Amino acid sequence: MERNDVITADNLTKRFGDFTAVDAISFSVRRGEIFGFLGANGAGKSTAMRMLCGLSVPTSGHASVAGCDVARESEKVKRHIGYMSQRFSLYNDMTVRQNIALFAGIYGLSSSQIKERCRELAETLAFEKEFDMPVAVLPLGQQQKLSFAVATIHSPEVVFLDEPTGGVDPLTRRQFWEMIYKAADEGTTVFVTTHYMDEAEYCHRVSIMVDGKIEALGTPGELKAMFNAAGMDEVFRFLARRATRQ
Amino acid sequence: MDSFAIHTEGITKSFGALKALDSVSLDVARGEIFGLIGPDGAGKTTLFRILTTLMLPDEGRAEVCGFDIIGNPRAIRFRAGYMPGRFSLYPDLTVEENLRFYASLFGGRVSDNFGMVEPVYRQLEPFRNRRAGKLSGGMKQKLALCCALIHKPEILFLDEPTTGVDAVSRSEFWDILSGIKQGGMPIIVSTPYMDEASRCDRIALMNAGRILETGSLDEILSRNDMPVYAVRGENNYRTLQNLRHAAGVRDAVLFGEYIHVFAEERLSASVLAAVSGVAEVKGISPNIEDVFINIMGHGKK
Amino acid sequence: MNRSFIAFVRKEVTHIVRDPRTMLIALLIPVVQMILFGFAISTELNDVEVVVATPKMTPAIESKVAQMAQNPYITFRGYITTDKVDHCLSSNEALAVVVFSRDYDRNGKFQIVADASNTTTAQTATGYLTNILSESKAAVAPNVRILFNPQLKSSYNFVPGIMGLIFILICAMLTSVSIVREKETGTMEVLLVSPIRPVMIVVAKMIPYFALACIDLVSILLISRYALDVPLSGSMTALFALSFVYIILALALGLFVSTLVESQMAALLISGMVFMMPVIMLSGMMFPIENMPTVLQWVSNIVPARWYIPAMRKIMIEGLGFGYVAKEGLVLTFMAVALVAISVKRFNNRLQ
Repeated sequence: MERNDVITADNLTKRFGDFTAVDAISFSVRRGEIFGFLGANGAGKSTAMRMLCGLSVPTSGHASVAGCDVARESEKVKRHIGYMSQRFSLYNDMTVRQNIALFAGIYGLSSSQIKERCRELAETLAFEKEFDMPVAVLPLGQQQKLSFAVATIHSPEVVFLDEPTGGVDPLTRRQFWEMIYKAADEGTTVFVTTHYMDEAEYCHRVSIMVDGKIEALGTPGELKAMFNAAGMDEVFRFLARRATRQ
Repeated sequence: MDSFAIHTEGITKSFGALKALDSVSLDVARGEIFGLIGPDGAGKTTLFRILTTLMLPDEGRAEVCGFDIIGNPRAIRFRAGYMPGRFSLYPDLTVEENLRFYASLFGGRVSDNFGMVEPVYRQLEPFRNRRAGKLSGGMKQKLALCCALIHKPEILFLDEPTTGVDAVSRSEFWDILSGIKQGGMPIIVSTPYMDEASRCDRIALMNAGRILETGSLDEILSRNDMPVYAVRGENNYRTLQNLRHAAGVRDAVLFGEYIHVFAEERLSASVLAAVSGVAEVKGISPNIEDVFINIMGHGKK
Repeated sequence: MNRSFIAFVRKEVTHIVRDPRTMLIALLIPVVQMILFGFAISTELNDVEVVVATPKMTPAIESKVAQMAQNPYITFRGYITTDKVDHCLSSNEALAVVVFSRDYDRNGKFQIVADASNTTTAQTATGYLTNILSESKAAVAPNVRILFNPQLKSSYNFVPGIMGLIFILICAMLTSVSIVREKETGTMEVLLVSPIRPVMIVVAKMIPYFALACIDLVSILLISRYALDVPLSGSMTALFALSFVYIILALALGLFVSTLVESQMAALLISGMVFMMPVIMLSGMMFPIENMPTVLQWVSNIVPARWYIPAMRKIMIEGLGFGYVAKEGLVLTFMAVALVAISVKRFNNRLQ
């Protein structure tokens, strides 16, 4: 089992001055799992995620991602992960093809591999005719699907998604989740934060952070049963109401 | 027409080649919470800007509180409370200073209409002297609401007030809106979150500049009833592919732990259960997302 | 409406007071610029190092050298032989060498050899030396009398230039940024939907920056008078009147920019680059307008500073009154009225 854990966190802690943003969290995520990382605004989600991506050094505790220690081997971590956030995704003035080539190039894919990936993506994303148009003209939903494709272009072991589906229509959102399922089915581990509680139900397991600590962790079914709730939003509201931070 | 808080007929607005609004007609009754529900790019913000007299429509006409948006914008400006989609507070002013400024903008004082904002403002009171830029997302949203209410408007326009705010703050915010509605004020609110439809008296589903459906949530659901099955597979991704190829399946989409299968009339649960990889099948009524997807799918192809 | 206007002005003042950067730009930059231009950067040459090369010493040469050494602007560095002239200049021992002819006593001939790697200093040094050395030859030397700025002090020239620059900087840049910031944060939408009239928004925005500019005007005048000894001999009423018009013009420019752009960065770039360059290059602050190609002279007419800076020169240094700057005043007033009108009209009370 140990070998199959792609992400492990052990008492991972981050303090800013006397403010403890992340308070000794421990969890592990298995290969090919879709792990939902939930929490209210300011609960410490982003800080924890930054540590796992090797962007921020933990104050204490350990974490490893794809077998690399996030504190000591942060550069190695970055080679094994993909990252997509709602804010930064793509260069709007470049075409779809140029964006794919750029990010593939950054991760060291050869030009024949890039060509191959472009052909594959044209098929999976189903917008071949838009491939030589600037990204800016695509609908938001298409841009987000493309961002995800770009974030996973180097077949990373783990992909981190920071609120990836804000503002898109429900059909696109479900198609987006289908892409996530596909990636997971192919062995990529998916670590995702979201504000949509119904989206939490797409995840294999979810954790809910409150005031820097993980207050609940389990499959959506387990959590709903544990809190005797009809939906994940009820579970979330029940836990997050206990937050004391403002 | 005076019985309506908002009445629009064929509002159309284009930005260059993009048709942001395509002949939008709707009525909002006095004293109701009306939700404009749709994804980004549906035209919600443009419609708000036209109704609050910030923009002129290319075609069509509209009345707000009985005043024409083109002929009498000033009358509307005195009567409308508006909370735009972006953070509309001064980050370098304190909570109290923001509220005082917005009150005086309409020539009034905070005390003139404090009764209406008091329940919300009481939650902000401990942070009275904190700069608005330093508030949490939920607090900012509550302060922005106070600022939109402080001049005693006759109608409230809220453009995506709950976007980017966590589920707890969102739910509290809707509770507040229900409270304000008790006073009889019409509220028109836009949101990309389908699950917030249940908090509105009536909704309009919007996509790509057009209104797809209008009515109460129950009306829309019953009007769009269709056979839907919730299916759970051992591996939802693979099961989904199998289901799409099964006979009698119009479409199948992921929905949380389940796959929702839009079925043709003749399809029965037992046929679905026989599809490879299916672990559980149950017949369900479509939810608002299913309806939205179904209507959208028709509109598209 | 009155109350909302006062509240608006108070809000603007709060924005300014709470933002240390704005305060710094508005109040410190003028002082720093005055000090920089007044003391550090100067076209005056205070310390011209001179050596004298002469084939033989005579009492006439000696007295000439003594006279030269007494001059405050010249530092006498000693004698060298005539064959060392080039070496002396190339090794930077002196900026200029005065070479007396063998028959100086009879024909009064001398030569000035100057290091012209910097043409300005070489010219100035040569000028100083020619003046001193040719003085006794009253019969041939022209009698030059320099009016208004007898010591040719460069600070006299720069103070009006700095004023022309500062007001554009403070008023145009800060107002445009402050209006565009409201567009960026979304507060402008709420303001426009409120019943407050756009013209009120505009005027309320201008008042605090107008006040800041007035503080700057006073501090510039105080520094000029007491630290740089600029005479300020003309009509103060004219000076203030013209400055107020110019400040309003600069505020209107800022407002105009804010109607064109959507981001603070663009506002900064336009008011920083597009407005500053003409003030520096085309206003006569650095380069005389008379020396420009005709096309640029023509273009310079639309640069407000080209009217303001010369007018300030006339008042502050030549000591003239209203009547002599009437033309400049009229041009500036016309520009200000036109720009305010255009900007307020463009400052739409709707979006797009």
